[in-house]
Amino acid sequence: MLHRMMTLTAGLLGAALLAPAEGVAQDKTPATWPSPVATRGPVAEKDKKPAPRRTINGMWSALRLGNQSGGVQLKPNNGRPENELPYTPYGLQVYRSHKPLEGKDSVDPADNNDPRTKCEPLGFPRYNHYDLGIQVFQDEHKLAMLYSFDNRWRMIWTDGRPLPKPVDGGVEVDGEFRENRWFGYSVGRWIDDYTLEVVTVGTMPEDRVWLDNTGRPISDQARITERFRRLDADTMEWSETIDDPKIYTRPWDTLKLRMTLQDPRIDLMTRYCSPVEIDNYNKSFGDAAGAP
Amino acid sequence: MKETHMKKRSMIVVGVALALLAGVPVHAHHSGSTLFSETNSTLKGTVNKWVWSNPHCLLTVDVKGEDGQVVSWLVELQAPNTIYPAGYRANMFKPGDPVTVVMHPVANGRPYGRVVEVVLANGRRLGDGVRADTPAP
Repeated sequence: MLHRMMTLTAGLLGAALLAPAEGVAQDKTPATWPSPVATRGPVAEKDKKPAPRRTINGMWSALRLGNQSGGVQLKPNNGRPENELPYTPYGLQVYRSHKPLEGKDSVDPADNNDPRTKCEPLGFPRYNHYDLGIQVFQDEHKLAMLYSFDNRWRMIWTDGRPLPKPVDGGVEVDGEFRENRWFGYSVGRWIDDYTLEVVTVGTMPEDRVWLDNTGRPISDQARITERFRRLDADTMEWSETIDDPKIYTRPWDTLKLRMTLQDPRIDLMTRYCSPVEIDNYNKSFGDAAGAP
Repeated sequence: MKETHMKKRSMIVVGVALALLAGVPVHAHHSGSTLFSETNSTLKGTVNKWVWSNPHCLLTVDVKGEDGQVVSWLVELQAPNTIYPAGYRANMFKPGDPVTVVMHPVANGRPYGRVVEVVLANGRRLGDGVRADTPAP
């Protein structure tokens, strides 16, 4: 196990060192410490360059559009009829058991039951739906996707392995049971030179994770399909579709988010979740500010 | 001086005292907007404490009322990585620094709020960090 972890760590470091700096920071300026946050917005039409083939290496951000604290990007939970979701009766029951801090059914802070406020892992695909920003390291077997929120990382396998078969409580691979995981099991393939399609199954059940900050549910029966479409050297479109027959009567789209490639030299200031800091915050501000 | 809330100062002090006696709820981290009024209020005072922390940064501002009594207002900002581009830094406030804070006070009348804008002693204005970087859809 230790050996595997060391190998993986060495692989990631190697990828970091060898990965080409695409699109930005090709200049010869002296090495320095750039601003530790993503600041680069969409590039102007005149500055667009052709996308490289079959790679999404780099640091990507949609700036504040990635925040999605009011609900997933394409369906904010604001009560508008077009944003209502096709819940199954069970899905609606689960939704109503959630006490979110945001969205049209938000509750007073003291009454919330969002796993996030206990620093539980957000789970997948909720990591795509909150404070989204990523760093991708890619090799011939996989992509390592490093989420800036809470310093979490995910693997997407592109070596041709089959998608595991969802079974009760987990997945089946090569006749063997494997447990549900926070990021599930992700398999990707290039459907053309500029579009990576990723399918994920085997995520955590609905009593452990939410879909977004507004308490929408998702179950371990979900099949999540993402497409990473490279539009040009500096722009990637990240789309996502949820197919979860336990919770929703039909598949629906959550994301179609344009991400911009950031300066590869950024030593990112992460937004981690610290139980101690959350506790301090609640004691000094949140409890009194939110009291009746 | 807190311009719109000073007359309620005594009530606020009583309210806080009652809350302390009654105990306050726990686990109250939030990001929602229902806690706060949409009306701007302005605090002029001095920095008491600056906490650079997740999920929200916190600034305590001591505001002296017309009667000479000081009320400590606690105002929150977004997380460090959100407000950094607006110019905030971990070491930028020290106790005693003069500061002006435009904020949305909480709805329950207590001396808490969410920052809209901070004006430093040298006149430099810093926003809330939320809207500044939003790209066109």
